[in-house]
Amino acid sequence: MLRILQKIMQQGTVTEDYFMSAVPARFRGQLELNDQRCRDCRKCVDICPTQAIRLKKNKLSIDHDACLFCGACVDFCDKNGLRHSLNYEYAHLKGQLAESDGNRLAGKIRSVLGRSLAIRHVDVGSCNACDFEMSALLNPVYDITQYGIDYVASPRHADMLMVTGVVTRNLRKALEMTLEATPTPRLVMAVGACACSGRVFGKTYAQAGPVESIVPVDIYVPGCPPRPQALIYGLLLALDRL
Amino acid sequence: MMKVKDTPVAGLRAAANAVSKSGRLPLRAMFANDERSLNGNYVLYLLFEAEDGGFSLLTSRIDARQPLEFPSLTTLLPAAAWYEREIHDLFGLKPTGHPDLQPLVLHEPWPADCFPLRKDFTAAPEVGGSISVKHPVAVHGEGVFEVPVGPIHAGIIEPGHFRFSQAGENVIRLDPTLFYTHRGIEKSLEGLPVERAIYRIERTCGVCSVSHALSFSQAAEAIAGTEVPLRAQYLRVLLAELERLYNHIGDVGNICAGVGFAVGASQAARQKETLMRFNEELTGNRFLRGMIVPGGVTTDIGGELIRHASSLINALLPDFKDVVEIMESNAGFIDRCRQTGVLPRQVAADLAVVGPAARASGIDADFRRDHPYAVYDQLEFKVPVRRHGDVEDRLWLRVSEVRESCELIRQALAFLASQKGECRTELTFPAAGGSSFGWSESARGANIHWLMLDANRRIYRYAIRSASYPNWPAVALAAPGNIIPDFPLINKSFELCYACLDR
Repeated sequence: MLRILQKIMQQGTVTEDYFMSAVPARFRGQLELNDQRCRDCRKCVDICPTQAIRLKKNKLSIDHDACLFCGACVDFCDKNGLRHSLNYEYAHLKGQLAESDGNRLAGKIRSVLGRSLAIRHVDVGSCNACDFEMSALLNPVYDITQYGIDYVASPRHADMLMVTGVVTRNLRKALEMTLEATPTPRLVMAVGACACSGRVFGKTYAQAGPVESIVPVDIYVPGCPPRPQALIYGLLLALDRL
Repeated sequence: MMKVKDTPVAGLRAAANAVSKSGRLPLRAMFANDERSLNGNYVLYLLFEAEDGGFSLLTSRIDARQPLEFPSLTTLLPAAAWYEREIHDLFGLKPTGHPDLQPLVLHEPWPADCFPLRKDFTAAPEVGGSISVKHPVAVHGEGVFEVPVGPIHAGIIEPGHFRFSQAGENVIRLDPTLFYTHRGIEKSLEGLPVERAIYRIERTCGVCSVSHALSFSQAAEAIAGTEVPLRAQYLRVLLAELERLYNHIGDVGNICAGVGFAVGASQAARQKETLMRFNEELTGNRFLRGMIVPGGVTTDIGGELIRHASSLINALLPDFKDVVEIMESNAGFIDRCRQTGVLPRQVAADLAVVGPAARASGIDADFRRDHPYAVYDQLEFKVPVRRHGDVEDRLWLRVSEVRESCELIRQALAFLASQKGECRTELTFPAAGGSSFGWSESARGANIHWLMLDANRRIYRYAIRSASYPNWPAVALAAPGNIIPDFPLINKSFELCYACLDR
């Protein structure tokens, strides 16, 4: 017992606000395109494993929902026309929380859920990286309970579903049933490239489609996986508490 | 060092018995391939350990014009049970005489003659969402009841369905239904060039990203016949050991969490976070993704990162030792772990279990030492082995492996600091294509991949036998005899990936 107390005292507090730690220089965040340097060779379009870079009206467009942040396009670009910035705050809202004039629903939902949010996790075909980052939010460094946010054991106790993975055929039913068991008002967050785009493994016989084709999604947090700070940003954005 | 032997399908049992020396040499992988367009056959591939320390590959062709079946090996080699069910699900090749031929991978009722891993399979049929996997009542008797758990669990855990047959608190039998996260990754890789496949293979599993990327890259490099630069090999060792380190420390914490020992769980979670942050500093990704590619590694590391890595390891070891001592001195904690979830040595051997689970049950096997890859044969490390096969031994085994990993990291850093060199090379694949195995020892054990390229140098077939594959059936056998509240603890002590298994 003394040993335990000694260790705890020595350690001190390690909990921090999510934006406090510096982003490492090698971090691959939001993609930035430099139009001046781009020579229109389209190598990045060909190499992108999820077709997150596409040619629209002869202009490159980047779909961060599908981006794996793998660095392949940056690696293959001879002209340094692309680079990963350090920005990880790229979550965005849709559905009930869509930012439009007169969206009173969003305000009402936030007034009910805003200060205390209970989350149920639903893995519908993830590689477990997003799941582990969700677990990391409970570690003493991030400790999301400091924001009044916590995970709960049952969808019946939940205000939000955090969904990870492409929807597999074997889990489609489980996702539908979990949503049905969650009381309203409720929010659905798609966590990571699989859940946001459904394109990580292309179309296969074993998948039922992206999450948004099965249940309505309100918050998209891209990343492969999104770092814990990006998840907290997404949660606070949804609750309008940034 | 791979001896290849082909056998007529009728003689498969006798041949497997001979190659495995009556089941003494473990079956490491078994998969099928649709080679009808090449030679008119379906082909079964069986990889065994060989007596001389290498591997034996047993192949057997099933003529597409003959009945699509082969004699089941399960009664001879229990390790074959799930492989054969998977082959039956995905290729429609029937293992005759299989004692338990239920669907394994595909849960929905699929139309007859629709097998997704055959080459003539095009689009998946629309099938209703009703689940066809049956859960037969396994145990009968007065007062016996069932506890169904999952696939959505109470914690942040991957999906699986567990059905416990109970007499009071005691587990009599456990029937797991897995493969919920089956994404069809192997099929999705067919037709892709090697340089694009890496991104999907790396994402088979989050916490085995390095191991999967490494197994694949080594298979591709073997086909190309290219030696990877020495510096890249050392960098790969560094990445592989960092992956083992954060996994093992995370799992030590999870075992504490499994018994509600909050101090241990919290301290280990803090240490794991430090490691994850360093991973991001090193590779730009907290799961070390995007670094290993066929031909080497994408980026080198310089003096500053090497120094940071050294100081990180130097600080981690005493910190981790404190936590271990706290655990050791807590009688309540030890009491929960000791003699809980025992995996007997013979069961581990029969199921060809790998990794820490095997080593904690007295099986001295580690692919880093037994089938060295990268530069493991030039590094010094011990392979700890324990013999009780309970939660406690699996825990202390990981603790010992943490120390060994730190030693390996120090050796790799010493090399990286003292020498310079290239860390990537171009691969040229032979015009005729080819095939090869690639393997690595992940934090969960041997992770074996098989790559076959066609004449266009694109992937014809890719098979992933992750470390979790042979170990999952062992979890089901370690649970009976324990009380149901100990199951999460037993499960965490094996620390298997669902995503790795399901693919």
